[in-house]
Amino acid sequence: MSLDLLTYMFIGGSFALYIGIAIWARAGSTKEFYVAGGGVPPVANGMATAADWMSAASFISLAGIVSFIGRDGAAYLMGWTGGYVLLAMLLAPYLRKFGKFTVPDFVGDRYYSSTARTIAVICTIVISFTYVAGQMRGVGIVFSRYLHVDINTGVIVGMVIVFFYAVLGGMKGITYTQVAQYCVLIMAFMVPAFFLSMQVTGHFLPQTGLGATLDTGKSVLATLNDLSVELGFDQYTQGNKSTIDMFFMTAALMCGTAGLPHVIVRFFTVPRVKDARISAGWALIFIAILYTTVPAVAGFGRVNLIETINGPDNAGVEYTQMPSWFKNWESSGLIGWADKNGDGKVQYLAGSAFEGGKPEFLDQRGEYGQRLTGNASVSANEVYVDRDIMVLANPEIANLPDWVIALVAAGAVAAALSTAAGLLLVISTSISHDLMKKTINPNITDQQELTYARLAAIVAIIIAGYFGINPPGFVAQVVALAFGLAASSVFPAIILGIFSTRMNTQGAVSGMLVGLSVTIAYIVYFKFMGGTPDQLLFGISPEGFGTVGMLLNFTVALLVSAMTPEPPAEIQTIIEDIRIPRGAGEAHTH
Amino acid sequence: MSTQSDRARAYWRENLRIIFTYMVVWFVVSYGCGILFVDALDQIQFFGFPLGFWFAQQGAIYVFIGLIWAYVFSMNRLDEKYDVHE
Repeated sequence: MSLDLLTYMFIGGSFALYIGIAIWARAGSTKEFYVAGGGVPPVANGMATAADWMSAASFISLAGIVSFIGRDGAAYLMGWTGGYVLLAMLLAPYLRKFGKFTVPDFVGDRYYSSTARTIAVICTIVISFTYVAGQMRGVGIVFSRYLHVDINTGVIVGMVIVFFYAVLGGMKGITYTQVAQYCVLIMAFMVPAFFLSMQVTGHFLPQTGLGATLDTGKSVLATLNDLSVELGFDQYTQGNKSTIDMFFMTAALMCGTAGLPHVIVRFFTVPRVKDARISAGWALIFIAILYTTVPAVAGFGRVNLIETINGPDNAGVEYTQMPSWFKNWESSGLIGWADKNGDGKVQYLAGSAFEGGKPEFLDQRGEYGQRLTGNASVSANEVYVDRDIMVLANPEIANLPDWVIALVAAGAVAAALSTAAGLLLVISTSISHDLMKKTINPNITDQQELTYARLAAIVAIIIAGYFGINPPGFVAQVVALAFGLAASSVFPAIILGIFSTRMNTQGAVSGMLVGLSVTIAYIVYFKFMGGTPDQLLFGISPEGFGTVGMLLNFTVALLVSAMTPEPPAEIQTIIEDIRIPRGAGEAHTH
Repeated sequence: MSTQSDRARAYWRENLRIIFTYMVVWFVVSYGCGILFVDALDQIQFFGFPLGFWFAQQGAIYVFIGLIWAYVFSMNRLDEKYDVHE
């Protein structure tokens, strides 16, 4: 059976499954639409949280990032998992006890202020749109590479599928499709990883395989280090970033994770406070299966990549002898080659092969059939390899069977769709519940609110699709913004709301405003206004600045609240109430 | 009434102590072993990994899982002790 047919079968089969689940799990009330009726078992919620959280970035890009930056990739690995410890201990149980539908619900009610609610709504919507654009793009890339359709057609197919289960089923439909999507994506990630690990090291588990000793007598990591140094890269197991930058980046990603609205709302769907803690435990187990495999996939992938491109003697392989994946990805524009020394061989070394980093392709083919480029640099390196192909190309690089390649394609789509659906739900909830019901017109009925939620979901899908088809050039840049916003605004407001009975509106609002504005100003200055690395404050990169914004938020909030009157008695009663688990069952109404 | 709120306060204090203990471990494995002392730990070999590198890319994550489950069990016990479970 051909690879194309297999890919159609795997992706088509998984879509049929998702739609089937959506029809089975239609939502009939706002409670079902927003929080799946509050009756999701903790294991299922853990799985759904894992699928919700692991986006196209985790599935497609993370191993590539680690592969290309080595040890420093730990900022992402620890940052995107350590946040769950914060969620389990500092947020999830209390927010579940509070028992409303959204993050702005908590911020607005706890701080008895529509200003606080509005700031939370704006953050929620900005964070979620930032994220969702990347997901739609991910679906488009997978479709165009594997099914040979236009990227735009891929995005539209993705929109239709998400439309089906997000609009019909709301949180209930999303939860159960996410459970299915988790199974698809984890199989798709693990199967090639097992194959790779067996092939390279003879270890079945990739987690231990990365530490294995090869036939040459050297360990995998030592081999990687030697190869890297030989080609002029830094040692793989050495860090490059400053300690303070690693520290702040990891903290921003951890606190940002704990403050992401689409992750937090998942903990509103379980029946009891106890289940909120348990489902955080399950979520992290399901996430860690992928995250602890990532370093192995990154390491094996890098060894395979270097050896395939440069050949066993490290002198380069003739372009005409390159395997088909090299040419396929070249056609997709994610690999580029410039034959700088005119020997017809591909040589991969450290340094940027093209001016400005990425190749600019001309519309011509060269003497070996390669795509010609217009911006070769003076560096001896002849190859550009986009880090995003690491996971997608790995099975091909390692010559794995066609069904594994088809499975990886279906897994990447599952990862992107599950996250997109969770985000779209958060956006539509913010609009129908936080804006329409709580701010503009409190008198609408449950059914009207549900209609607004569905309409908002439709509009959100169309906007997300538009961004997927016409990606703003800054999608990659704004991920820093999403985590920075979450860490510097939502996260401190919730923590203080739970752990300080003294915190009042004035404190929370001024803290959020200071944290937000400082973080946004820093990121915009360095990402969009040409700030140079030597201007960085203490060498902290924009990705890590959310931590500074968060610390300022805490400081300002505590100072201002100490100088202003304490919150009303009924608010203090609410805080004392959310600290005690008993009674969460009844708290679920308005 | 006052005894009830005393109990609630005692429950909350114990909860905070448990959280604090686990957060110390959380900090030590990630920011300590994975970032601050990573180069020193790299001098030690651990199943073919430099130890600091292993903590940064795998070990910390395993400890995170252990921490959440330890917290789940500690809190279940505490909820029963103060009779605030559901």
